[in-house]
Amino acid sequence: MSDLSLHEVTQNYYDVLQEIGNIGAGNAMTALSQMLGSKIDMGVPQVELLDFSEVGAAIGGEEQIMVGVFLGVEGDVTGSMLFLVEQKSAKALINKVMMGMGDPGEDFTEMELSAMQEVGNIITGAYLNSLSMLTGLRVFPSPPALTVDMAGAILSVPAIEFGIYGDQILMIQSNFFDEVQIDGYFILVPDMDSYRKILTSLGLSI
Amino acid sequence: MSEIIKVGMADLKTCLPPNGITTLGLGSCVGIALRDKLKKVGGLAHIMLPDSTVIANQTNLAKFADTGIMELIRQMELLGANRRNMTAKIAGGATMFAVSSRSSLNVGERNVEAVKKKLKELGIPILAEDCGLNFGRTVIFYPETGDYVIKAVGKPEKTI
Repeated sequence: MSDLSLHEVTQNYYDVLQEIGNIGAGNAMTALSQMLGSKIDMGVPQVELLDFSEVGAAIGGEEQIMVGVFLGVEGDVTGSMLFLVEQKSAKALINKVMMGMGDPGEDFTEMELSAMQEVGNIITGAYLNSLSMLTGLRVFPSPPALTVDMAGAILSVPAIEFGIYGDQILMIQSNFFDEVQIDGYFILVPDMDSYRKILTSLGLSI
Repeated sequence: MSEIIKVGMADLKTCLPPNGITTLGLGSCVGIALRDKLKKVGGLAHIMLPDSTVIANQTNLAKFADTGIMELIRQMELLGANRRNMTAKIAGGATMFAVSSRSSLNVGERNVEAVKKKLKELGIPILAEDCGLNFGRTVIFYPETGDYVIKAVGKPEKTI
């Protein structure tokens, strides 16, 4: 168990975590826009302490179909990382990555899913790398796993890990978008112990 | 007019006909639908974790298989149900991502096991189940008929 309880997460820490989200997602976006050869914008990251009852609705509703790429985070910081893109956006994103050779149908081909997994892998790698640089902590991603499913079901995975500590989940969420088609989220969910490590490494005492 | 009552994650509620009760996007969590077949009192619990006894300082009974089932029964009995007449249908407990390195990811399987164990202990028969595999489920339960409707992405709706 951690000595940092969810209720003690003050505004100060929120700001730090938000900055981590900012830098991490900023790096990830750079990687993504290089891959796509087009500009990607990013919203202001949100650090949210959500009740479990609100988790599903946090991203477009529990039943919103999303493509989710999940990575376990290991090393000094442990937790999980999710890269979530709404179904149609994912289609557009993959089509761009595949230079317009994507399948026009609504479902995903094996090739498209594999491309999406690799995109997720590269940009979450960029995100975690910047977290590591910033904190001086070792942060390794596990190999990615991908699913196409309801947002609620996907988000239940990190929520369950928080279920051990309480009835809320602390997420660092960044969303990104281009002019029209692509809209998605990064969600970093460090384990409670890792929040302490991250904050301590940045010189904040708890 | 009948309505559909919504149950969130780590939550439980009771339901009387003609209303239905639903929970959206079950992943590794398990949706336990209980019904008193004589009184037609129903209830649904959306549990997240298998066992309350290994975790200290827990206040939300609905979060765990063991305490969630007990609390749901208690609330249903306040509405006149009797646990001896109860039957169960369960769904969920999927493994959303096949990542071997994090042990918590097979929590779906452990949730289903814990639910079955608790129901067996209480002598409540499981009439039907749709558990495991690797996809999320939305469920709707109707205490009038006992129908448990299950929807999943890219799959035909089914009733168990």
